[in-house]
Amino acid sequence: MSDYVEISNLSKVFPTPKGPLRVVKDFNLRIRRGEFVSLIGHSGCGKSTVLSILAGLSDASSGGIILAGKELTGPGPDRGVVFQSPTLLPWMTAMENVMLGVDQVFYTASREERRQIAEYYLVVVGLGDAMHKRPAELSQGMRQRVGIARAFALSPKMLLLDEPFGMLDSLTRFELQQVLLDLWNRNRLTALMVTHDVDEALFLSDRIIMMTNGPEAEVGEILEVPFARPRHRKELLENPEYYRLREQLIEFLNTRAYTLKGQTPGQGHGPGPGSNTITMVKSMMAAEPVSRS
Amino acid sequence: MNKLRRIQWDALLMPMVGVVLSLLAWQLVSGRVVQKVQPDGTMEEVKSGLVQDLPGPIQTWEKTSKYIVEPFAKREELDQGILRFTWYSLVIVAKGYAIALLLGTPLGFLLGLSKNFSKMFDPIIQVLRPVSPLAWMPLGVVIFANSGRSANELAALFTIAVCAMWPTVLNTAVGVRAIPQDYLNIARVLKLSRTKTLFKIMIPATLPYMFTGYRLSLGIAWLVIVAVEMLTGRIGIGNFLWNEYNNGLYTSIVLCILTIGLVGFLLDRAMSLLERRFKSAI
Repeated sequence: MSDYVEISNLSKVFPTPKGPLRVVKDFNLRIRRGEFVSLIGHSGCGKSTVLSILAGLSDASSGGIILAGKELTGPGPDRGVVFQSPTLLPWMTAMENVMLGVDQVFYTASREERRQIAEYYLVVVGLGDAMHKRPAELSQGMRQRVGIARAFALSPKMLLLDEPFGMLDSLTRFELQQVLLDLWNRNRLTALMVTHDVDEALFLSDRIIMMTNGPEAEVGEILEVPFARPRHRKELLENPEYYRLREQLIEFLNTRAYTLKGQTPGQGHGPGPGSNTITMVKSMMAAEPVSRS
Repeated sequence: MNKLRRIQWDALLMPMVGVVLSLLAWQLVSGRVVQKVQPDGTMEEVKSGLVQDLPGPIQTWEKTSKYIVEPFAKREELDQGILRFTWYSLVIVAKGYAIALLLGTPLGFLLGLSKNFSKMFDPIIQVLRPVSPLAWMPLGVVIFANSGRSANELAALFTIAVCAMWPTVLNTAVGVRAIPQDYLNIARVLKLSRTKTLFKIMIPATLPYMFTGYRLSLGIAWLVIVAVEMLTGRIGIGNFLWNEYNNGLYTSIVLCILTIGLVGFLLDRAMSLLERRFKSAI
């Protein structure tokens, strides 16, 4: 089966006062059509950088990406992006936020048809009653639901998720993982998700790419997730295989993410050596959202 | 409940106390006329007090009540009710203010959007911004000298607009620069057209800043009116003040100052209500 997404020798170098800093080095990844792939690694390993290059919001220093037979150049609505913070436009209702993209992609459809598309996705993510509310009236979790609906409603070739549930409390996170999975089961969009949550990666993905620590982060190991779909969290949690894979992921993150780079395991938990680059990328991508609610 | 009532009571009572104290202080420093027995036995009226020519509050009320009691009366061209004068001034301020906003908002957008434009024109703006209306006015008269009957009005509008637009320009520019990158990324990811990005994302995101600018601009536009009317002789509250000063009727000056202040305060309140509406809408 041919590859739907082909990421070849992707590198990203940031200029810093101390000289150029190579955040990502020769990143290669092939994704099949309809596959859900997760990138997991410590903070600062460049996984978000890879995603933002895919989204077209950041340029690669070298290497390239082919999506559905076409080389990517810059951003476009053929990729639905779910950001870590929902980044809804606060002066628009949930419906209007979704419509902004739908109007753009389905400009040949009638207004009523477009409205129905937006409404369909909002209902599916569970916002049937709240679609005419503004983000300020919605909880963090509900806002992220809008973000998910907005991405799916574009019927994109590919879905890009940048730690989509990172800012939510764990109960809401479970809920939204289920929402995402249900929606994904309906149309099986090719998806790439960045996360540092081991359970989230196992629950959602077909394949998990473990990245070594930055700088010069690379693909470390790849884990195939064999669980049949549709998946149910309860069944998964009763499966001994789940714990074996989970152990393998944690083992990688705790030791081999370091040793593969010739570092000592456990040196500085939390933000890795490259965390300054992540802050740089974040500040380039997203100036801190000003809250005006 | 009890506490709430006390707070509301305080909010009303305390300003009243302030007003009364200020009136007392005014009365103390103002001049008054006293009867004095001269050495030759005749009575003579002499001025006394800290500031002999400053009319006190009671005297001010006695002399100016006719302007207040019939605020819209028009007895003669230069003898009209205080609110009638104010109305003339408000009309010209409104026109000048509208011009300031129409020019200032796009200019602010250009400054905020283009670094080069900003580098080119920001220094000029910084130099022109602190110039007083008294300095702009003669230039306005010169520029519009050949405009016939409306020369006077055009010069006035020019002065108001050119003095009042800067807060709008600068706040709009700041607002445009402060649009979160997240919002612009949405536009990029969805490939919105330039017009759509402007109207759907940039303008709504800048509105709160724009309205802060609009409020400050309105304050300046009203501030400028007195200078404009003094120099052009247009009928209005500033002109009234200046005439009465020239006629030695100092009580009217006080009346005008209080009226100008009160109107300015009300305008600012109205604008800040509007501003808050826009901010809460976002």
